[in-house]
Amino acid sequence: MNHPALAEKFARDFSRTTWHDETLWFVRQKRDKAIYPIPEFQELRLLASKIKDHTLSNLDNYLLQFEENARKNGVQVHWATDGEEHNQIVLDIIRNASSIKDKTGTIKMVKSKSMLTEECHLNPFLQKNGVEVVDTDLGERIVQFRNEPPSHIVMPAIHLKKEDVGETFHEHLGTPKGEKDPQALTEAARQHLRQKFIEADVALTGVNFAVAETGSFVVCTNEGNADLGVNLANVHIACMGMEKLIPKIEHLSVFIRLLARSATGQPVTTYTSHFTKPAEGKEMHIVIVDNGRTQQLGRSDFRNSLKCIRCGACMNTCPVYRRSGGHSYDFTVPGPIGAILSPNIDLHKYSSLPFASTLCGSCSDVCPVKIDIHVQLYKWRQVVSKENELPASKKWGMKGLAKMLAMPKVYDLGGKLARSALRVLPHGMTHAKGLNPWAIARELPDAPKQSFKEWYSKNKKS
Amino acid sequence: MKVALFIPCYVDQFYPNVGINTLQLLEKLGVEVAYPLQQTCCGQPMANSGCEQDSKDVYHHFVDTFADYEYIVTPSGSCTYHVRKHYDIIDQTPAVQQVRKGVYELVDFLENVLKVEEIPVHFPHKVGLHLSCHGQRGLRQANASEITGDKGGQILTLLKKLKGIEITHLERNDECCGFGGSFCITEEAVSARMGQDRIADHVRHGTKVLTGGDMSCLMHLEGIVKRQQVPIKVMHIAEILNGSQP
Repeated sequence: MNHPALAEKFARDFSRTTWHDETLWFVRQKRDKAIYPIPEFQELRLLASKIKDHTLSNLDNYLLQFEENARKNGVQVHWATDGEEHNQIVLDIIRNASSIKDKTGTIKMVKSKSMLTEECHLNPFLQKNGVEVVDTDLGERIVQFRNEPPSHIVMPAIHLKKEDVGETFHEHLGTPKGEKDPQALTEAARQHLRQKFIEADVALTGVNFAVAETGSFVVCTNEGNADLGVNLANVHIACMGMEKLIPKIEHLSVFIRLLARSATGQPVTTYTSHFTKPAEGKEMHIVIVDNGRTQQLGRSDFRNSLKCIRCGACMNTCPVYRRSGGHSYDFTVPGPIGAILSPNIDLHKYSSLPFASTLCGSCSDVCPVKIDIHVQLYKWRQVVSKENELPASKKWGMKGLAKMLAMPKVYDLGGKLARSALRVLPHGMTHAKGLNPWAIARELPDAPKQSFKEWYSKNKKS
Repeated sequence: MKVALFIPCYVDQFYPNVGINTLQLLEKLGVEVAYPLQQTCCGQPMANSGCEQDSKDVYHHFVDTFADYEYIVTPSGSCTYHVRKHYDIIDQTPAVQQVRKGVYELVDFLENVLKVEEIPVHFPHKVGLHLSCHGQRGLRQANASEITGDKGGQILTLLKKLKGIEITHLERNDECCGFGGSFCITEEAVSARMGQDRIADHVRHGTKVLTGGDMSCLMHLEGIVKRQQVPIKVMHIAEILNGSQP
């Protein structure tokens, strides 16, 4: 299904849509409160944008520098062209790890949040190969129980109410039926996850920032689940998109100041963990993934979408996202940023996403790294049209309209006829819901007898 | 000062009064205004739908129509934004450059070219201002809440000069109305919902007259006002500044 169809389905539940909109708007307001008092916030955005621009235009060098320094630290670095290769690499690391290879029982993995592994569909792949995978971020665990994808990149279960979570936990964790107290539900998840942490053979994390000059990387969480997993398991695998680099450790503070404020309105995430080398007797691996990023880097109009630090602010602010839900995008990264990343992956499948926007520009103004998201949405629309992926009715309708608007006499006559028709035809016909989507919730404007031009010609023309 | 009036296609066809008020307002302020009769549209409807290549003939027609004028004034932030921002796909001849530089949204023209200080209008009504995104974030005619808590902007500045006026304080000062050109049809469900939410905000806070700089947003919002039979009168800012009453 395309975005309008999925959005319509979501918006049909009026009160739930209200709740979803207000919940995310609350996060947007928290963000506003966190950034207004910082006089240099706009300067920070500009600085972050420039650091990322610089990094992207020298990405080849910084990637090699990062690899070299990580190896010096005793970290094993792997390169994956696409999701499939990434998944195979992860499986091979697990199977070959000295602490795991002789294990007879089920291999157990705990994961902290990683949108990249969602993008690569790692979980089903590992499960198919006999690995138990447990997402340890609370929101991710909830959607994992429900066999759903995350609906938001920072708050994966934001589409669910506490009652929904209560039901899910009743089914999977045996909490009392009807339990909806957040404290009690969180405690149940905590007890459940503790056991999983203790049993884990391998911990997988994402990467928020990778620093080229040190070969180290940073993982930001609020729950401390990345740290708990990594410190208990013998093997740590960190998966990163190749755009996660920053050149120097001194650049990190710029991004750390922006990330949590933009994401949730917190000054900083509860945990900002730096990983440099494996502990004595343990293994640390980094998998660097392309999966379409090089292709996007090659698109001059769209390359700066790779500046994204995955804060989710564009989702929280987007009036369309708030009223259509993350699942309506049907892509790993939903919302405005997803709508400019997804056509790079599959233009045909995601051709409706660049149109899932009014081009209001709020996303670009809220973006901590100043990605011109709404400009890119406009440009993707042109690509969708050029690649012949527009619906035929739109394509030919627009061609006809363009012809008419280039010929003043045809335009004048067309307008006059249309207005006459609107005046003459019965309301039931002009407002027939099956024929005129405008009229499902709106009245048409009154059609005046005279256009402005006709009035002017009669009254003002000298 | 050679000034032309551009009345956007949908305003021409559906809201002639907005055009008349714009013209009268400019004339009252002593501006001699020409209205070239061959004008049609800026080309935005096709371009926002992905068909900017089809729009090129419309762009050329627009430029041919207005190239001889120093200023092209229009009661639309959205059309102004389109000409300034998106006429970059045709050859940048001196005429194209002149038109892109000379096109002005009405209120921007009043404040920054005519330097209007006083508006001698008594408007004793509670007025809700809808900021069009293209005027606000596109042309930067008003501050954006993503950047600052200061809600100042060009239209608000002029409205505050009217005698007897009361301005509505909204919960969401600059949320998009959901019109979005062809979006209002292709994404009907979300578009309508966005408009309903804007109207609800105005109703909750007592708006009696809803105004703004773009009739396209207002057409969409008026459609909802009429369907829901809400006691709000929708007026373009040109009508209010020209002394029309609800």
